[in-house]
Amino acid sequence: MAKPVLLEMRDVRIEGRSGDDAWLPIINGVDLTLHRGEVLGLIGESGAGKSTLGLAAMGFVRDGCRIAGGAITFDGIDLVRASEATRRGLRGKRIAYVAQSAAASFNPAHRLMEQYVEAPVVHGVMRRAQAEHDAVELYRRMQLPNPGEIGFRYPHQVSGGQLQRAMTAMAMACRPDLIVFDEPTTALDVTTQIEVLAAIRDIVAQFDTAAIYITHDLAVVAQMADRIKVLLRGDEVEEADTRMMLAHPKQDYTRTLWAVRSLERPERPPVEGTPVLSVAGVSASYGSVEVLSDVRFDIPPSRTVAVVGESGSGKSTVARVITGLLPPTAGEVRLEGQALPPDYRRRSRDELRRVQMIYQMADTALNPKLPLREQIGRPAQMYLGLRGRALRERVRELLRMIEMEPDVYIDRLPGELSGGQKQRVGIARALAAEPTVVICDEVTSALDQIVQEGILKLLDRLQGELGLAYMFITHDLATVRAIADEVVVMRQGRVVERGPKRQVFAPPHHPYTELLLSSVPEMDPDWLTGVLARRVTAPG
Amino acid sequence: MDAFGPLGWLLLIAGFVAGAAAAGWLFRAGLVLVTRGELRRSLRGAPLTASFGMLVILIYLFVAVFAPLLAPYGERAVVGAQFLPWSEAHWLGTDNLGRDMASRMIYGARNTVGIALATTLLAFLLGTALGLLAAILGGWIDQGMSRIVDVFMAIPSLIFALLLLTIFGTSIVTLILVIAVIDATRVYRIARSVAQGIVVMDFIEAARLRGEGMVRLVFREILPNAMAPLVAEFGLRFCFVFLAISALSFLGLGIQPPTADWGSMVRENATLITFGDITPLLPAGAIALLTVAINFVVDWQLYRASGLKD
Repeated sequence: MAKPVLLEMRDVRIEGRSGDDAWLPIINGVDLTLHRGEVLGLIGESGAGKSTLGLAAMGFVRDGCRIAGGAITFDGIDLVRASEATRRGLRGKRIAYVAQSAAASFNPAHRLMEQYVEAPVVHGVMRRAQAEHDAVELYRRMQLPNPGEIGFRYPHQVSGGQLQRAMTAMAMACRPDLIVFDEPTTALDVTTQIEVLAAIRDIVAQFDTAAIYITHDLAVVAQMADRIKVLLRGDEVEEADTRMMLAHPKQDYTRTLWAVRSLERPERPPVEGTPVLSVAGVSASYGSVEVLSDVRFDIPPSRTVAVVGESGSGKSTVARVITGLLPPTAGEVRLEGQALPPDYRRRSRDELRRVQMIYQMADTALNPKLPLREQIGRPAQMYLGLRGRALRERVRELLRMIEMEPDVYIDRLPGELSGGQKQRVGIARALAAEPTVVICDEVTSALDQIVQEGILKLLDRLQGELGLAYMFITHDLATVRAIADEVVVMRQGRVVERGPKRQVFAPPHHPYTELLLSSVPEMDPDWLTGVLARRVTAPG
Repeated sequence: MDAFGPLGWLLLIAGFVAGAAAAGWLFRAGLVLVTRGELRRSLRGAPLTASFGMLVILIYLFVAVFAPLLAPYGERAVVGAQFLPWSEAHWLGTDNLGRDMASRMIYGARNTVGIALATTLLAFLLGTALGLLAAILGGWIDQGMSRIVDVFMAIPSLIFALLLLTIFGTSIVTLILVIAVIDATRVYRIARSVAQGIVVMDFIEAARLRGEGMVRLVFREILPNAMAPLVAEFGLRFCFVFLAISALSFLGLGIQPPTADWGSMVRENATLITFGDITPLLPAGAIALLTVAINFVVDWQLYRASGLKD
């Protein structure tokens, strides 16, 4: 590549302070070279040090961390030794940052435009009126609706995908040489993600900006990056051009990252007999707004039904109706043929026991102050009347089922577990009730791919052993491919398509299913270009 | 006292601060030596202000518990002439009736601190229970209780307390009940808002769907997670109660003579101030010192609970 080098990192080592004042390594000597106008993808599972390395490219480390060694040179400026004032002068002006959650990164009390003009005005790049004019131009290029007007809205008046694009526009405000994107689309659903990806890719190319693109999603990075660097626990695994890396990964670890995508369980034949759970013509509303209308589907015994749709499609609301948190306005939920009382407070203990739920955010789904012994033991104690020794044995057995060593974990608090382990505890808690149906509400979407794979395999194995029926709520179609037998596609509170997995995934599709399917990123680096081209030629 | 110029006062204050810091440091070093595990780690991270605060609180508790052993004279015994100056026999002189000032200070710790503690505990029991209940039940029960509390809070607390004490009479039991009820309204607000943040969490939903009863929800699911802000509030509330009792005693409606109490002791000996004697200010100083000490410890706990540092 003929372009000059913009950012150079040599043997960068970063350490973080642990509880008892010792310094633990986070990054152990990573080299990184970035040329002008080049996009480098950083991938790895959680805790690999991707974000830490990305922030170090701005000469920044989080509180409680320090750069222990190495050199970071940005366009001839030594960021490690430069004064804080010098670094502050660069940030926002020549190096910009786009955070994962735009919703959390915007100040809710100010309009988008006020936040946009801050950097250019403070850095003296342009005057306010000029910056505002420029913002409208960038909003237009980022394909935001009503570019002239959107800047005068508050962050909560703008959707998540639009906010993420507004944030990218904001990062572009001073026409920086380098932008660090930290998982910018992870929190978005697939149909929104594709728009944001396209907008980011265009604008980076238009201004010939160099970028570091951090993500744990390989298919995404394949679309965005010229080169990919794989990190594992603070070490570089390998680095290569995107096409090269996808076609011929050299290291075993990289190959395991690739393998996750290929997890797919064959569909099992349908079973006869009464479904364990039937959602029969359910409508529901929040206040006067109808959020579900005439939803109907069955969950056969020992099978997995995936309910898919983007955010706001009503898939989680179905779960609330089934569990009795939101009594329906019409229709009913039947458990093994028997109608369940609409309100959970009127259900018998046994009815409550047979429908269990696993939550998306394991962090909030587990009481932070209860040890696992009680967390998992409580349902067994309540529903099955286990006490003392029998209860302890049962908890140990459940911990073994979720592949966690009982002696190590039984007295731990949730705060002492990793994200994947917390989710496993959530599963164990549901299993402790010995349920017939388990509702899994986006159980893998907060986890990185390798951990996801572990959780999915565990759920699959438990289904085989215990004959559980799953209702699997997700927006991730890769997960659906991996685990589902039947698929229910929802949109705006209605079921638009349902049937066996093979049938739903094979053409002809309902137009919405088609949109969902075509929005799932694929590993092919030309995928995004291809999809966008097809959508332009055949507008749906 | 007259020999003290401004510089002298400055030196005295500097000396006091330095002494306090040194005492705090020594106390913390001692605590770290005798404790272990989790407690030890958090104590090692305690700032000097907090360890000084803990030291002061411990001294007060010690004095309150062992008052009869420490005091040279009885609480109510008239032992000499009125307003005797500081001397060997009477360290802090005597008060307006000829009772030993130092002994009354020591007994005052027991009365004032003891009553304040009982009042605060009662206020917390009442306020937390109702606040959590309101947060869990929601709906009209929550609305009803909250509006009643709003009405109580709209009346200035000191005037409200004076009013109630005039109606029900001034015994120690009514004093405790009146202040506890008034302060429980403040605790209710905090407990309710903290619990409202917790009841929307998924684990509470999970517990409800499991069919858990109210007792379990309150004591195992919500209360452990609400402890940090409530403990911090306990410290602050204790100070307010303490000051309220002293203020009421000063106004003559609090702890009744001849019981020794720091608030009323200031009033009884107030005439001495006109003669340039600082003795009547000593009980006030004792109140101020304890208030500051408790706030030091509370600040530290708040800092820890807010997750800024572990």
